[in-house]
Amino acid sequence: MSVFNQSRSTIIRLIFLGVFVVIIAQLVNLQLISGKYKKLAMDNALFAKVIYPDRGMIYDRKGRAVLNNTIMYDLVVTPVQVKDIDTTSLIGLLGIDTAEFNRRMIESIVKNGRFRPTVFEDLLPDDLYAKLDENIWKYPGFDLVERPVRQYPFHAAAHILGYVGEADSAAIKRSNGFYRMGDYVGKTGLEQYYEKVLMGQRGVRYIIKDNKNRLQGSYENGIYDTMAVAGKSLRTYMDIEVQQLAEKLMGNKVGAVVAIEPRTGGIIAMTSGPSFDPNLLTGAEKQINFNKLFRDVSSPLLNRAIKGQYPPGSTYKPLGALIGLDEGVITASTGVACSGAYYGCTRRLGCTEKWAGHAANLRLAIAWSCNSFFSETLRRTIDNPTFHGSKGGLVKWKEYMTAFGLGHKVGVDLPSEDGGNVPDSSVYNREYNGQWNACTMVGGGLGIGQEKMTSTPLQLANAMCIIANKGYYYVPHFVQKIDGNTPEDTLLNRYTSKHEVLTHIDDASFETVMSGMQDVVEAGTARVAKIVGINICAKTGTAENYRMIDGKRTKLKDNSMFVCFAPRENPQIAIAVVVENAGYGATWAGPIASLMMEKYLNDTLSTARLKEVERVAAADLLPSYLTREQYKQDSIRAFNYFKITNDTGAIRKFLRRERPVAPPVPKDGAVPVISNDPMIKPKTTYKMQKTATIFLS
Amino acid sequence: MSQRNPAISKGVDWLLVWLYIILVAIGVMAIFATTYREGEDVVQGFLSLKTDYSRQSLFAVIAGVLATFILLTDSKFFTATANLWYAFGIVLLLLVFPFHSDVKGTSSIIKFGSAFQLQPAELCKLFVNLALAKFLSRVETDFKKTKSQLIAAAIAVVPALITIAQSETGLALVYFSFFLVMFREGLPAAVLIIGFSIAVLVVATLLVPPNLLAIILTVIAQGTIYFMRRQVKRNRNLLVWIISIWVVCVGIQRFAVPFIFDQVLRPYQVKRIYDTIGKDYVPKDARAAQEIAEKTVGKKKTDGDYNVKQSKIAIGSGGLFGKGLLNGTQTRYDFVPEQRTDFIFCTVGEGFGFIGSFLLLGIYLLLLMRIITIAERQRSVFSRCYAYGVASVIFFHITINICMTIGLAPVIGIPLPFISYGGTALLTFTMLLFVLIRLDADRQMVLR
Repeated sequence: MSVFNQSRSTIIRLIFLGVFVVIIAQLVNLQLISGKYKKLAMDNALFAKVIYPDRGMIYDRKGRAVLNNTIMYDLVVTPVQVKDIDTTSLIGLLGIDTAEFNRRMIESIVKNGRFRPTVFEDLLPDDLYAKLDENIWKYPGFDLVERPVRQYPFHAAAHILGYVGEADSAAIKRSNGFYRMGDYVGKTGLEQYYEKVLMGQRGVRYIIKDNKNRLQGSYENGIYDTMAVAGKSLRTYMDIEVQQLAEKLMGNKVGAVVAIEPRTGGIIAMTSGPSFDPNLLTGAEKQINFNKLFRDVSSPLLNRAIKGQYPPGSTYKPLGALIGLDEGVITASTGVACSGAYYGCTRRLGCTEKWAGHAANLRLAIAWSCNSFFSETLRRTIDNPTFHGSKGGLVKWKEYMTAFGLGHKVGVDLPSEDGGNVPDSSVYNREYNGQWNACTMVGGGLGIGQEKMTSTPLQLANAMCIIANKGYYYVPHFVQKIDGNTPEDTLLNRYTSKHEVLTHIDDASFETVMSGMQDVVEAGTARVAKIVGINICAKTGTAENYRMIDGKRTKLKDNSMFVCFAPRENPQIAIAVVVENAGYGATWAGPIASLMMEKYLNDTLSTARLKEVERVAAADLLPSYLTREQYKQDSIRAFNYFKITNDTGAIRKFLRRERPVAPPVPKDGAVPVISNDPMIKPKTTYKMQKTATIFLS
Repeated sequence: MSQRNPAISKGVDWLLVWLYIILVAIGVMAIFATTYREGEDVVQGFLSLKTDYSRQSLFAVIAGVLATFILLTDSKFFTATANLWYAFGIVLLLLVFPFHSDVKGTSSIIKFGSAFQLQPAELCKLFVNLALAKFLSRVETDFKKTKSQLIAAAIAVVPALITIAQSETGLALVYFSFFLVMFREGLPAAVLIIGFSIAVLVVATLLVPPNLLAIILTVIAQGTIYFMRRQVKRNRNLLVWIISIWVVCVGIQRFAVPFIFDQVLRPYQVKRIYDTIGKDYVPKDARAAQEIAEKTVGKKKTDGDYNVKQSKIAIGSGGLFGKGLLNGTQTRYDFVPEQRTDFIFCTVGEGFGFIGSFLLLGIYLLLLMRIITIAERQRSVFSRCYAYGVASVIFFHITINICMTIGLAPVIGIPLPFISYGGTALLTFTMLLFVLIRLDADRQMVLR
């Protein structure tokens, strides 16, 4: 045994031990303390493949599917597999150039890397799909992938249904990471409002991938996978045939129609003119079509039924009558001597009817829509001695109006509804410095549904429901039932409770007003709306129509309005129609409502009435200012494009074309507006640079 | 190898034999876990000899036969032929230059046909160990003399230099582990301490900006002079020493290290060293461009070497208990490169977690401690030196290999003893260990 240098044996042992301790310390750090490596390993090795569920369907009241899910195809590319392909023929098929091809390739590599497929061209049109499907073997790395897409067999109800589109970054942020880039979400309409129901539950399949992102098979035999649950379907109150009819009748018109079933609050039809075919917003051309619709100054994307704020005009009169009756300021036999104008307040207020006795009692006043009578009624309501002053009266009046569902959102199951306006004392206090009385507003026309009062067509239809129901209503809504809905789902709860807002008004008052409204059709202003065998209660409206054109408030042709419900004995449908810029209520709005009621109540239209449908549908009532407005917008856009790109082609056509002139003077003698817009000044020199400066100014 | 056969088994240290068998078994299992693919017929796989785990099993069998032969050999044979083996090893190493075949970037491998290949640099460790033990155990060697120390160092360093010339720096570094043997035999500790200090200085050079490091060194030197001012007054030579040490340090930091990194080492080796300490390596030619880029775009941080990162993820994701055999996602789906050979420890770390890694390290430590115990009980200097040589080589391999997989050492391609895939390595380690077992069995005999 050597004793020589033996102590160094211990040192060597200690060196060994020390190094092992260091290694173990690092292992403790990596394996026990630092948790991030587990996650990193999962991220490395697992690919969570999202399985998209089928989106729920939407059915109308007769069980017809108003939309379908069909399959379209995306062309996807896996960059790493693209080798020696015939690029020329592929870009020929796709109709793009080499630069665009290269740009998309680089974009897909940047987006998803070389090893994972990225969408190269989405939602291929059928003919292109057919061509590609035949030749796809020629292009290794390219593949056709299924994608479920909405389709609308009835080509109707675009505004109600809404559309689906890729979730934008704001929506992704709002959803707390629920949605991901490329997910489809409902953008407007029922698609958006019932997104959670329609969307279903996404499934996830965990797939193991290797270091090159090649998928290797399911992870742990799929025990962590979740199945996709298909979206639930919606059963609506909509009658797609009535809806189609409404859209046809509103063709080439600006305005809106709402039809509600008073008993349930279920919306039978709702359209906004101008409308569009919902199929435009699915499929390959959707972006192009959307841009067209978006740039159209007649705003076809706008749902005027819930966003259009119109003065109700004479359609307010039945409500005014009921308020007066309930407050006791008038009775059924109250009469006003009207000879064509109301002089109760300082300002003269004209009335369409001049013959004596057209306002001898309430029923007649409604039938002949006497402005004097209802101005007087409102004046008495507000100056009601019970409240000692106009303020109390106005508060009471506003209370009634609120009960009628005006001045606030009614709560339909569509997103972004507007509430209209019912003025209260604060507005007048501000405007008249507290110095106002009933005549301030009656003189302005509040008694005949103008002045500061605005409402949406939906609110008008809902107010009709309240009259038809003699005081109660259900919040108007589309969806009757969600298929397979559990009681915990509370989405529809708010539509099942009865709002008995005005049931305290006695039946006699309702009957009187209804009789007046029936006379409107039987003998009064809206005899065109009469349907044989059905007792219709209706009210026409002809509301003044102002609009800002070229920066000036211009009076245009009146809005044609019509509200009604039928049959009187057992109301099944209540309708509100607004046709902008169309004159008397009975001229256009009346026939539209009448045809819809007949279609809904009789389930069919007689041959004679079909002719009427064609006549109304063919009438082009688009306001003339739209053409000029469109030209203006397009030329401004073209000029902005020219500024960015220096592409003179964009603005050249606006230099040559005949420019539309300022809108014609309305017939009823409003002051013609002479625009000082430089664009319509005559004899502009058509030189490129010069015009550019003109556009700038 | 039956215990009943007194001719072989007498005096054999069975603990070492069992530890060896356990480690080889763990190795085959780990290679199986990394290379087995779902749906393969296991029996078929083992019999076909086409899979890596079946080949490693075959190597294990060959190693067993070889071990038996070694145990049957007279231990005097090893002492008698030690120098001969060394000469043979050097010749073999030199033969590589004309006969090497290019296998993945190294030029250290000789191929015999297509099936068998030999890496002399691997095998040579055994011969160097024998030769060094022989030299140190000579009666005429007085290891206190510098000349003897230099000869001993040369025995280890010459094959190392040849190996570096074959671009196998990793294998070459192993030869420096023999300094541990020399240390045991009386090499002044100062040599090791100076060596260690230089290593620290080199690492510091890489980590600390050059000017700051120069200032730090200067401050240390001035501080030393200040605190030792009384001694310095008495002995002027001390001042000269301190100043010359300072000059050498700054010289290393300023000139030697940049020279070695830019001129001697290859860019990939430098990059690996930089990766380990977590810095970006910019090749000399690209430095000017890099500076301009940094000025314009600003600095960008790259995260270490891909291999080490993936290897750390693999081991780290094992957690306490591991994911179980065949369940490691990192190691089974090719995220970790070279996982059969150099990064085999990842498989253990991912599949069996901290407990598995700890046990494996425990087995290694037990092996090392046992070898040192055996070394100290030898009556012959030759056996003792040889045993220390075995311990040093195994220790160096384990340390560098595991440290590189857990990010503590640069990526140096050396195998994990008994476990990594590779015939030459397994056979070399087997021979190293079983020659020791044979020598130990004959420890009562006096050998020279």
